[in-house]
Amino acid sequence: MTQGRTRLGPWLALAVFALLSVALALGLKLNPREVPSPLVGKPLPSFALPALGAASAPISSQQWRGQWWVLNVWASWCTPCAVEHPVLLQLAQSQRVTLVGLNYKDATPAAQTWLAQRGNPYQTVWVDTQGSVGLDLGVYGVPETYIIDPQGRVRHKHTGAVTPQWVQSTLLPLLETSRG
Amino acid sequence: MIAELGHLALAVALAASVALALLGLGGGAWQQAGVMRQVSNMVALQMAAVTLAFGALTWAFVATDFSVALVAGYAHSALPMTYRFTAVWGNHEGSMLLWVWVLAGWTSALAWRMRGADAAQRARVLGVMGLIGIGFLAFLLFTSNPFLRAWPVPADGQGMNPLLQDPGMIWHPPLLYMGYVGLVVAFAYTVAGLLQGRLDAAWARAIRPWTLVAWAFLTVGIALGSFWAYYELGWGGWWFWDPVENASFMPWLVATALLHSAAMADARGSFRLWTALLALLGFALALLGTFIVRSGVLSSVHAFASDPGRGLFILLFLVLVVGGALALYAWRAPAVGAGASFQGWSREGLLFGQTLLLMVAAASVLLGTLYPMLLDALGLGKLSVGPPYFEAVFAPLMLLVMALMVPGPVLAWRRAVWAWPSRGWLGAAALALALASAVAWWVPGASWATWAGLAMAAWVVLGVARHVLQWLSQPLPRAVRWRTLRGAKGGMWLAHLGVAVFAIGVAVVSTWGHEQDLRLRPGEEMAVGDVRLRFDGITMAPGPNYFAIRASLPMLKNGQTLTTLHPERRLYLANGQTMTEVAIDRSLWRDVYVALGESVGNDAFAFRVHHKPLVNWIWLGCLMMALGGLMAAVDRRRVGPAEGAA
Repeated sequence: MTQGRTRLGPWLALAVFALLSVALALGLKLNPREVPSPLVGKPLPSFALPALGAASAPISSQQWRGQWWVLNVWASWCTPCAVEHPVLLQLAQSQRVTLVGLNYKDATPAAQTWLAQRGNPYQTVWVDTQGSVGLDLGVYGVPETYIIDPQGRVRHKHTGAVTPQWVQSTLLPLLETSRG
Repeated sequence: MIAELGHLALAVALAASVALALLGLGGGAWQQAGVMRQVSNMVALQMAAVTLAFGALTWAFVATDFSVALVAGYAHSALPMTYRFTAVWGNHEGSMLLWVWVLAGWTSALAWRMRGADAAQRARVLGVMGLIGIGFLAFLLFTSNPFLRAWPVPADGQGMNPLLQDPGMIWHPPLLYMGYVGLVVAFAYTVAGLLQGRLDAAWARAIRPWTLVAWAFLTVGIALGSFWAYYELGWGGWWFWDPVENASFMPWLVATALLHSAAMADARGSFRLWTALLALLGFALALLGTFIVRSGVLSSVHAFASDPGRGLFILLFLVLVVGGALALYAWRAPAVGAGASFQGWSREGLLFGQTLLLMVAAASVLLGTLYPMLLDALGLGKLSVGPPYFEAVFAPLMLLVMALMVPGPVLAWRRAVWAWPSRGWLGAAALALALASAVAWWVPGASWATWAGLAMAAWVVLGVARHVLQWLSQPLPRAVRWRTLRGAKGGMWLAHLGVAVFAIGVAVVSTWGHEQDLRLRPGEEMAVGDVRLRFDGITMAPGPNYFAIRASLPMLKNGQTLTTLHPERRLYLANGQTMTEVAIDRSLWRDVYVALGESVGNDAFAFRVHHKPLVNWIWLGCLMMALGGLMAAVDRRRVGPAEGAA
């Protein structure tokens, strides 16, 4: 703590703080909840699960090969799922893409009541009571939504409730690319 | 009407803060006695207006006036009365209003305590407080207005987050804010001193009690938050190195360094620039913490609603306040001078080393907290920094700090004659090592970290004990002894013992704490430590605004029922969230901690059971530190000329 050292030190503190401020300003533009999935670009893991409300044989994940489809992971206990539900209903009505649900770690009666009350946007709903397929997919929060291409590859993963903006700026452009 | 009144009161408070800053800084600069007298009135006006606004919001919550958007968003008609009060700060806007109210309170307390001080200095210090007030009142009014109306008026509110419906919510935020915001006083004194170009012993003496009080509040606030997380989250952990936890912990580390450094500056006139820098950085980190919590730049278990617009506002404010203060510091530092010189092996030398270690610890926590965001900003990918980093970096630094805690207070000022430490000190060190080695040897499962933690804790306890014994051997009148014991010196001993108690708790619970997940059917038993728990079955338990299932587990020892634990799972009706209410049998020596999981069929339920030896020592240690800090803060001897230091 001699005089010579105190000349530079204070300006150094200011410089460090300036750098920190720039970093914080850049950080404001980012979204920490947007986490890329290691699955993106890779084939969807192969699995087969029973469908909700049907005593039929398990349905394979290869079922929709050759077309674009959207896999939505949901549960009746999940509040954001209720938020995104109208968006999914609208998407189903537009008939732009096949929508498949994965009912994750849920009680089957509760899931059925939930869909009966709010409307069912899904062509099929898988039942994953134990969350084992969720584990393969790397689900760590509900809802999650995957876009899968005709070759069975995951092209996009969205964490949290989907929004109309997501449909317009992410889903629809992806569907367009395959047409063009 | 009440809400509009509150809105108006906030506008008045903003005007009062602007006037306070102008009159205070202007009056102080040009020595206008008449202008400076008005400063007190502006402080009173600001306090009254913010109190009115806070009262208006509280009224809206208590009366569940759902036409106020904030009330509709965070309250519910079935919410119990206690939580209607706490719901006021259970959301972003109300929480910032509490922040501003606490700031107005500290400003008023400062105006009152400084009434006999030099008028120009008083005006400047209060003017700086006014500047801070402007920033936060403008933030409230322009980005986070709590009084906005909702239209159409909803029939019922959305309810309070069930996690927050807990007595912890009554005390944790206000105490934490008392500490957080309290650091502004040292900041204001220092900025005023730099403006005047005078940072003398009187300045150091003035900021010490304020910093001690703020530090004590911060200690209790953080400890309460940790205690709350321990029983509410149901994970059995007590610290998660979450960004929001770190946001309160970094100012605590800096404040700890500051109060030791200010003691030096007070007693010896040394460390002035270092103390000034710490005072500026303490509040800077409190502001940075507010930014981290409120802007959502980092993801955290504290899932507050975040808004980049608010983040930008706080960031601009942060840049202005902290950037301005640091520029002022850099400009004025040469004029102030560092103060008295000293040599490395002296009390000052060791204390400087300690404060430096604390700052390095704060910097490493800051780096770990911001690292994910920095990497992301540079486009280098996403990652999260977890407890392993923090523990690996933080624990050794704290062990070093503890090692230095003992010799510091007994070395001579300025320069100690280099000599072999006396036999007594060598004996204390050897005894500490022997005790820790004995425990680590006899109890299986100890690691090097356990051993080091226990050894340092024993070293601190023995060091304090030896210090006390030496003091007792001096012939002193009874009255003097008592004054010392409840004063700064006694406070220091108590706080240092608190550090040791805390360290023992951490070392023991992290080494020998035990956790098991298992499923039980009614009638089945499990062993936990030296007791057994029997699952007797589930009952339904409706609450005021939730529905619960409740397990009944008698705790048995040698066939005798000691007590019965009742963990619950609650379904909150307002938003359908499920919460775990753990049941804990507490004692000084161990906690038995049971969380009820989901039904796994066949009447069986999943349980998570922890056995946590000495876990309560963690919070007991924190309380001892805080109490020690308060004892030092109110030491009357400190008001007069300084003698010695703690």
